[in-house]
Amino acid sequence: MHLYLFLLFGAICAGGAVNLLIQRKAINSALSLIVVMGSLAVIYMMLGAEFVAVVQVIIYAGAIMVLFIFVIMLLNAGEEEPSKGSTVAKIVGIPGLFACVIVVVKLWLQQRPGERLIPIGAMYGPADQVGMMLFTKYLLAFEVTSILVLIAIMGAVVLARRSNS
Amino acid sequence: MSALTFLIVAVIKIAVTLGVLLTVVAYTVWLERKVVGRMQNRWGPSRVGPFGLLQPLADGIKFLLKEDLTPPYVEKPLYLLAPCLSLIMALTSIAMIPIGPIIHLFGISTPVQITGVVNATGQSSDINVGILVILGITSLGVYGVALAGWSSNSKYSLLGSLRASAQMVSYEVSLGLSLVGVLLMSSTLSLRGIVHAQLGTWFGFIPQWFIFRGQFIAFFVYMMAAFAETNRIPFDMPEAETELVAGYHTEYSAMKFAMFFMAEYANMVTVACIASVMFLGGWSGPSLPFLPVAVQAFLPLLWFSAKIFFFLFLYIWIRGTLPRFRYDQLMAFGWKFLFPLALANVVVTAFFVAIRA
Repeated sequence: MHLYLFLLFGAICAGGAVNLLIQRKAINSALSLIVVMGSLAVIYMMLGAEFVAVVQVIIYAGAIMVLFIFVIMLLNAGEEEPSKGSTVAKIVGIPGLFACVIVVVKLWLQQRPGERLIPIGAMYGPADQVGMMLFTKYLLAFEVTSILVLIAIMGAVVLARRSNS
Repeated sequence: MSALTFLIVAVIKIAVTLGVLLTVVAYTVWLERKVVGRMQNRWGPSRVGPFGLLQPLADGIKFLLKEDLTPPYVEKPLYLLAPCLSLIMALTSIAMIPIGPIIHLFGISTPVQITGVVNATGQSSDINVGILVILGITSLGVYGVALAGWSSNSKYSLLGSLRASAQMVSYEVSLGLSLVGVLLMSSTLSLRGIVHAQLGTWFGFIPQWFIFRGQFIAFFVYMMAAFAETNRIPFDMPEAETELVAGYHTEYSAMKFAMFFMAEYANMVTVACIASVMFLGGWSGPSLPFLPVAVQAFLPLLWFSAKIFFFLFLYIWIRGTLPRFRYDQLMAFGWKFLFPLALANVVVTAFFVAIRA
């Protein structure tokens, strides 16, 4: 059951990602990206990490992608011009990509024989444990990220004020 | 509980909850027309059935039978997707709401909540990030509004949906922050856990609801943000009919328009449910020992419905009272007043929680 759900949502996720690339209209691409985010969240949830799954939906699908859509609506972005891709890339590209992925995964598993794929439902990540990790083990990274976000906020304020004066 | 019983119980719970929700949605429209009518010295609907009680039914039939016009210049797939998205997101979040305690019926015990189960120790439990799931689902509801305006290819729709999405994104921040105080005090994200944290009383009659435990500022912020989230007066900029015809659903007709309408009212119900669960103790209320046992079993549901009704009436009351904000006032109110207030509430609550710990 879990395996079939995983395959289903993995397929939706990959399909959304491919659709994101081949769509001509910006808004369709943005919507495909939301599908990718949503199916990723479902996969997280199946792994047992409900908190991460929900945060994925709230932040990526609910906040960031809304801004994407918002910008597309404001600028009324139209269809993009298709570029003339080379025939070689078309023929070699997809098999080459698959080969690359297989080689990388194979090498990675050989380098670290102890690490295997996480079985479905094995991750246990309730909100309090995630918070505990953030404030003890990963405190430095957490605080540095908050400074980074603060700089971004200040930059946005500066840019917004400049046009006024 | 075997898998089959679980499935049957789940389907029954979903069917009953959905049926009740849709009925409440239909009759909230009736109540609104009736109450606003009386506030403005009119009768409101009075022709179809006694007191106009069959009016929602007549409206539903009208919506189904009207000509379903699709303008030729719309972006068809997205134009059709938008009302579905709105309605789905509005109806899904009710699944997380804990409506009542465990009920025992035909030898089966189950909590009155779609996502609730009875675990091995006989206690009820639900999804452990319930409140975040609701926030996630409602934040996806913005897409219905945004896509409706964009795909309609009309300037009124586009302006309406730009306003609506900007407003919903802005007020979502205050809405989320206003709930943090309650989450700090109950130290759980599960809605059922939050209700359980409020079940006690002081001196036997004052309920230990979070609104009485220092969260009344948060409650105020939540209600203001909730009015904006559901696009109700005084924050109904997106469909300001004097400026924008009807906002983002200008180009929609018949059932597709009705879907937006139902989504708005279903969102009102959801927001009222969250408010009563987070601040007013969910199904808890004074026990009335003088009543017969059969009636006592329904008391939790009665208290919960009474709280929902109070909030729905409050919505209508405010609609009959306040004029509409101007758009810049709306944004200034959200960012410069509600947001700092919600932040201050989080800091002060965290301080007191830390002292007590």
